[in-house]
Amino acid sequence: MKKNMFITKVFLIITLCMLLIPISGNEEKATAFTNQIIQQGAVGDDVIELQARLQYLGFYNGKIDGVFGWGTYWALRNFQYEFGLDIDGMAGEKTKKKLTDASKYNKEFVNEQIKKGNKFTHYGGVDLEKQQKPSGEKNTEAPKQPANTGSGTADKNTEQKPSAANTPNGFSSNDIQLMANAVYGEARGEPYTGQVAVAAVILNRVNSASFPNTVSGVIFEPRAFTAVADGQIWLTPNEKAKEAVLDAINGWDPTGNALYYFNPDTATSGWIWTRPQIKKIGKHIFCK
Amino acid sequence: MLRGILIGVLTIGVAGTAFWGYQEHREKNAILINAENNYQRAFHDLTYQMDVLHDKIGTTLAMNSRSSLSPALADVWKLTSEAHSNVGQLPLTLLPFNKTEEFLAQIGDFSYKTAVRDLDKEPLSDKEYQALKNLYSQAGDIQQDLRKVQHMVLENNLRWMDVELALATDSQPADNTIIDGFKTVEKTVEGYGETDFGPAFVNMQKKDENFKYLEGKEITKNEAEEIAKKYASLGNNVKVNITENGDGSKYGFYSVTILDKKTKNEASMDLTKKGGYPIWFILSRDVKKQTISLNEASEKAVKFLKDNQFESLDLFESVQYDNIGVFTFVTKEKGVRIYPDSVKIKIAMDNGKMIGFSAEDYLRAHHVREIPVPTISAEEARSKISSQVNVMEEGKAIIINDLNQEVLCYEFLGILGDDTYRIFINAEDGTEEKVEKLKNAEPIYENVI
Repeated sequence: MKKNMFITKVFLIITLCMLLIPISGNEEKATAFTNQIIQQGAVGDDVIELQARLQYLGFYNGKIDGVFGWGTYWALRNFQYEFGLDIDGMAGEKTKKKLTDASKYNKEFVNEQIKKGNKFTHYGGVDLEKQQKPSGEKNTEAPKQPANTGSGTADKNTEQKPSAANTPNGFSSNDIQLMANAVYGEARGEPYTGQVAVAAVILNRVNSASFPNTVSGVIFEPRAFTAVADGQIWLTPNEKAKEAVLDAINGWDPTGNALYYFNPDTATSGWIWTRPQIKKIGKHIFCK
Repeated sequence: MLRGILIGVLTIGVAGTAFWGYQEHREKNAILINAENNYQRAFHDLTYQMDVLHDKIGTTLAMNSRSSLSPALADVWKLTSEAHSNVGQLPLTLLPFNKTEEFLAQIGDFSYKTAVRDLDKEPLSDKEYQALKNLYSQAGDIQQDLRKVQHMVLENNLRWMDVELALATDSQPADNTIIDGFKTVEKTVEGYGETDFGPAFVNMQKKDENFKYLEGKEITKNEAEEIAKKYASLGNNVKVNITENGDGSKYGFYSVTILDKKTKNEASMDLTKKGGYPIWFILSRDVKKQTISLNEASEKAVKFLKDNQFESLDLFESVQYDNIGVFTFVTKEKGVRIYPDSVKIKIAMDNGKMIGFSAEDYLRAHHVREIPVPTISAEEARSKISSQVNVMEEGKAIIINDLNQEVLCYEFLGILGDDTYRIFINAEDGTEEKVEKLKNAEPIYENVI
């Protein structure tokens, strides 16, 4: 009987501590999401909050980077499963409400950390009962975070930029940068479609049997691009060039599968005129 | 006195200029040599690899045990890809040197496909063996030709930079050995034409290029203009320009550009002549502020497709780049996703308007299909997957496999470690057709100090 009392006491104390920890912290009042339904692929503030809240509950173990990727997707689905919601992997009204009720979000802390580029996590005191559920989910003993470092100095109203970005499958952002360089060097005076077209030609070459199999191989193939030969490739490209490259990678090919192009006013090689021509975009003629 | 100073200054000036000139000269030479070395390396690598390649193919012919054949073929594959990359480094782009590269690509594909196949269950057929023999003799001929060039290069101390200069100035160099030598190599390869690799080999160039599944009448220029205007919806204060495809295209299309005279925004579009289907559409404008969510944008995309008679499409992927949402849709029929039929849409997240559309893949691939009934069950297919992978979702899909054929597969989404994988298991024989690691978001390096 005495022993029983003791255990109850200990349990009570622990529970109280658990309750006190989040309260004693410099917690921000739950500033909930905006109205949007957050779905996979999204970026921005809401995604940061979503990830932070999921991590608070121990569902999300990845980086809080503001990009709704696969890690976030599975975490959200597990959350929906655990809380008896429809499992659709989208943060709609119901899900967001459940999530806001169940978790705390220290916006200032998270923003501060992202701004500083720190490695950080946002785990909360994990509900003991949840841990006992045999769902096999990632409710491992989460490390408690000193969730209040320097939050007093953080600026409340700054929009926080995500610390990661979406990139298409099979391409790193360095590949995209290199292509943007080439596109800018080759076609910065061209209309936007013409820039997409130049990027598309590079990709068509990568896929073609008659050219190297890598983006860098194609771009640096000697005498392939004048911008590479005369150093214009190293000019800093603008955002338009990058967008054009993304379009091309995502499947836009304005050239009709061309492998070559040339500017008829400046082309020096007679050979290029013998290629079957497909179409003209801006100043460039595109051919097979 | 003054004269003395003047002479002194001038002397220093002349000496300085001379010294500067000399340094420049040296720097230039250093760079030239550097470039030359790169070319030399690529060229000698290439000839070396052709040597080894020839030997390797030779040994595979002599092999009988299947367990040694697979690694040998894998080696051949590796060599061709290396040789291929070295050809790419030589300054020969403006020479007609494509055939040799294609030849290398063919050997590479053939050896890869046979190397990864279970040769115990499905040994090399007579036809494939014959193909291998052919490749062996062809590789031998190329090797011979390349060696000849290599010999001349070494003997006469030829410089690639001279070839470069010759090509750049378009003048005939005194000694054209390298160019002539490579022209011979190219001729040799050209003489072979296409090797018949047997039924399992689909030439990558035999992709359908004619939009053969399209139905409908030929449209006129005026009709093309009307359709393009509808897509662009820029109003009437516009300048329209329409051109037809050139002779190099295998299919007929109209290219329409529409310039909004007020905003200077330009919309471009290609339409097939047959049926007037939109191949792609791009509207170029700045998208400054995000006002709608990705989810709302995806609804706009769905509505747009419905309005334009693209039916039974299912949202497959959504991605946000800055303030633009890019959505991929694939056909879904009887619960089966048909990946070759894909459509991409860009929605501006400031006003929810469509600013990009690409239906090329869809128009090439979409037709009425007989969807086969799977012969193995989902459980059986699941058992083919590595036990390390934690399967989260499953479905059915038609994909194009390595052999360029459409196959019905079970599709599984699974997690291994922190990564998500998409795995396709053939629904008829349980082959693992494709394993894709799905991309995680990439950190922005500028922000990481």
